[in-house]
Amino acid sequence: MNFLLGAFKPACNISITFTDGKNRKQVPIKKDNGQILMNPLFQSQETIAGKIHIDSYQGKKVEHNGVKVELLGQIEMYFDRGNFYDFTSLVRELDVPGEIYERKTYPFEFSSVEMPYETYNGVNVRLRYVLKVTVTRGYAGSIVEYQDFVVRNYVPPPPINNSIKMEVGIEDCLHIEFEYNKSKYHLKDVILGKIYFLLVRIKIKNMDLEIRRRESTGAGANTHVETETLAKFELMDGAPVRGESIPVRVFLTPYDLTPTHTNINNKFSVKYYLNLVLVDEEDRRYFKQQEITLYRLKEETS
Amino acid sequence: MIADDDEKWLAAAMTAVKQNAFYMQRAIDSNNLKDALKFSAQMLSELRTSKLSPHKYYELYMRVFNELGTLEIFFKEETGRGCSIAELYELVQHAGNILPRLYLLCTIGSVYIKSKDVTTTDILKDLVEMCRAVQHPLRGLFLRSYLAQVTRDKLPSIVSELEGDGDAQMNALEFVLQNFTEMNKLWVRMQHQGSSREKEKREKERNELRDLVGKNLHVLSQLEGVDLGIYRDTVLPRILEQVVNCKDELAQCYLMDCIIQVFPDDFHLQTLDVLLGACPQLQPSVDIKTVLSGLMERLSNYAASSVEALPNFLQVEAFSKFNYAIGKVVEAQVDLPAAGSVTLYLFLLKFTLHVYSDRLDYVDQVLGSCVTQLSATGKLCDDKAAKQIVAFLSAPLEKYNNVVTILKLTNFPRVMEYLDHETNKAMAIIIVQSVLKNNTHISTADEVDAFFELAKGLIKDFDGAIDNEIDEEDFQEEQNFVARLVHNLYNDDPEEMSKIIFTVRKHILTGGPKRLPLTIPALVFSALKLIRRLRGGDENPFGDDSSATPKRILQLLSETVEALSDVSAPDLALRLYLQCAQAANDCELETVTYEFFTKAYLLYEEEISDSKAQITALRLIIGTLQRMRVFNVENRDILTHKATGYSARLLRKPDQCRAVYECAHLFWADECENLKDGERVVLCLKRAQRIADAVQKMTNASRGTSSTGSVALYVELLNKYLYFLEKGNTKVTGDTIKSLAELIRSETKKVESGAESFINSTLRYIEFQRQQDGGMSEKYEKIKMEWFE
Repeated sequence: MNFLLGAFKPACNISITFTDGKNRKQVPIKKDNGQILMNPLFQSQETIAGKIHIDSYQGKKVEHNGVKVELLGQIEMYFDRGNFYDFTSLVRELDVPGEIYERKTYPFEFSSVEMPYETYNGVNVRLRYVLKVTVTRGYAGSIVEYQDFVVRNYVPPPPINNSIKMEVGIEDCLHIEFEYNKSKYHLKDVILGKIYFLLVRIKIKNMDLEIRRRESTGAGANTHVETETLAKFELMDGAPVRGESIPVRVFLTPYDLTPTHTNINNKFSVKYYLNLVLVDEEDRRYFKQQEITLYRLKEETS
Repeated sequence: MIADDDEKWLAAAMTAVKQNAFYMQRAIDSNNLKDALKFSAQMLSELRTSKLSPHKYYELYMRVFNELGTLEIFFKEETGRGCSIAELYELVQHAGNILPRLYLLCTIGSVYIKSKDVTTTDILKDLVEMCRAVQHPLRGLFLRSYLAQVTRDKLPSIVSELEGDGDAQMNALEFVLQNFTEMNKLWVRMQHQGSSREKEKREKERNELRDLVGKNLHVLSQLEGVDLGIYRDTVLPRILEQVVNCKDELAQCYLMDCIIQVFPDDFHLQTLDVLLGACPQLQPSVDIKTVLSGLMERLSNYAASSVEALPNFLQVEAFSKFNYAIGKVVEAQVDLPAAGSVTLYLFLLKFTLHVYSDRLDYVDQVLGSCVTQLSATGKLCDDKAAKQIVAFLSAPLEKYNNVVTILKLTNFPRVMEYLDHETNKAMAIIIVQSVLKNNTHISTADEVDAFFELAKGLIKDFDGAIDNEIDEEDFQEEQNFVARLVHNLYNDDPEEMSKIIFTVRKHILTGGPKRLPLTIPALVFSALKLIRRLRGGDENPFGDDSSATPKRILQLLSETVEALSDVSAPDLALRLYLQCAQAANDCELETVTYEFFTKAYLLYEEEISDSKAQITALRLIIGTLQRMRVFNVENRDILTHKATGYSARLLRKPDQCRAVYECAHLFWADECENLKDGERVVLCLKRAQRIADAVQKMTNASRGTSSTGSVALYVELLNKYLYFLEKGNTKVTGDTIKSLAELIRSETKKVESGAESFINSTLRYIEFQRQQDGGMSEKYEKIKMEWFE
């Protein structure tokens, strides 16, 4: 029986633990199958170290041509299924060819790894970081184990952060002036602003602020653009009259946002927009879209 | 059908609210904040409906409001369990829909304020600012009303706790003011929603919502720390600014009234010019008179309730401010109907009377302003205005209860000039009635003159006025008022009194034929009263040239009564002449008396033709003449002779008979020795008897035996004889009486006379006198007759 079972099982069990695994912050990551798993969180220039344990089943001997661990940064385009572009690849050899009889532990360390890009899960593209342990075997096929981890990079507040202020309108019909207090928001930020109604000749039913994400992948003729509305936040109910000003206060916390990504490895970009939408009584929509930059601000408590 | 739909939607919404409230409660019970927020937001989403009428929406709101109470308690407990209130404050703002978000924000905000771990005023400011996001009038109104409600019980404590912290106080104040302003804007805006066809319905619905707005003012008035200074410098100007700027009739009217009712009297008094200054700026369609009347009424009551307040009124010159303001209002509102402006002045007048009851000049000033106003519009013709102006003019009357005071108001008659005839008369009646009711004495001729000027609507016809349709009874009653009035014109000083009488006469004589018979008697008797007084005063202190001699007055009366004979009221004139004659007699003015008699006789001859009237008149003449003592023998003879002659010429015999035996009295005056002509008395009686005989004959001839008339005549005659017998007329002999008695006896035997009781009582009388002691029985001794047993 054991023999039979063993035939369908990998010859050994590989597990990866991080040095500070217990204390390190875990963040959820959505897998392909919709499952949400918690993964450790790192940032660029961190040392990624830990131990790799290899257990052979029931003391069965495992022959191998070497054991190695790789740190890979990959970009995966969904329309180009199965093709990974590794923008980072580091390797550590853990063992020379030989045999494993019993539980074996290999410490590893990638020190001060440069991880410029953040982990990203989009509609058409995924950027992920992974540790890949390979027990190379000649005849029976190598045994591979992956461990995802998440990278987030924090940036200081931008030195210049102007407000967005703009007057828009349709002649003799609707003139508004809107103002958002910044053009760059961090992910836990609050958008504050005001909308002034300078002229209202249409019967407005309500006004929403949408947060939209525009993900473009590929380059040149192969560019795919995907826009999704992440948030729809009602700002106003009813029809204002001339001279009214409506306050804007949108907390970004509840939404699943990422920083703005520009031309990541020439493969994709992610941009964010605030879309101000006015709906009139005949359900006609009047809107104005403004790009904002999102960035990840170092949290005080982490 | 629409109402049905309304019902249906409400029911659906209610169900949804109930359901979500249930889940919310369950989440609360298991301390599940996230779910509690979720379900409360869903519950609140029901308030986003646009389908319900305000009335139904209110029902829904109240339902939700109750549920939010439990949520508020839950929030409080959450913070007790260590949940940061600031976090909660942020958390509720994640709600995607604005309306639930803001309701939740207000709920948590009210908890936040109480927790005191943040500057409450910042929260207040934030809340009131965020609520701007709801621009839909109905939903916004209710949201803000909710805000006001949940913060309401917390506001006063804030203010009192932060005492000394002027900024915080102002912020709390600012909060309420701003909420008020926004609510009012929404409220005003409601009218522009939907089609113009349903405007009326919408206005009605709006009216139902007004208390939501007004409540803010109520809150303001209850804020501690709002003293006069703050009220004057901040609160009132801000409110008024909003009221004026909203340019909406309904709102302006309601809010002005609110201001007046909500804030203390003293504040109003001290800020009167500001408040009044706003009035002319209101929309022309606003019913300012209601507003101002409310204010004046309040201040009047205030003045009435506390004596200490009165000096304040003087200090702030409340009157002149009101007067000025009303002038401005009238000026500003060009279309104001006359009734409106008069009403305004009416309220001002009432106010003045209340507060400055001793300041007649103010009262007069109001009247004057009214005159100025009326002079622009001309005579008042519409009913409403007339009614108002009657009330306007009646106000001082009611207040002072004294027409004499009114007479001092020079503008009073000027106002009356603007009345139409009808109204003028009505007003005159009121004035006169006031005099009668209060028993006012008008005691100088000038006043009387002025008074009649006022009451001239009653005194005379207007030129060109046609009052055919006047009810006769009403007319008489009116004139009776005038007649009664004359007696209230009175002065103890005869000199002045006579002047009064002259004045009254002057006015009354303008009355025309219909009035004179009713009014002149009063005048005459009033004058006679004076004459009697003059005589009673024994000596005449004025000398002969004085106007107040009886002679002059009598002369005047003579002329006055003559006016009556011109208007075909001869009976009345005759009576009055006789009255005058009597007065003249009492004053021992022979020629005057004679003159009066002459006139009476002339009237009798020329004007009185009805036989019944003749009898009455003749009796009066005889009665009066009998008492005249002033005449010399000759004059008396003439008059007596005439009277007897008239008597004999009456139409019916029995009347003749009676008149003639009455004449017998003319020759016999009991107290006057030289007027006892026994012979002529008997002659008269004899003559009467002859007439009675003739009557007897006639009746026997014409109707057989059935008549009783003459028997009664005989008995009457018998009584006359007995009378003169008792009086000691020696010419009355026992024989005469006896024969008369016999005659009666024989007549009664023939027929049923029907006069038995008369006869019997006469007999009993004789019997009685006979048995008396003293001279009487002696006189009766003469009569010896055997009466029928």
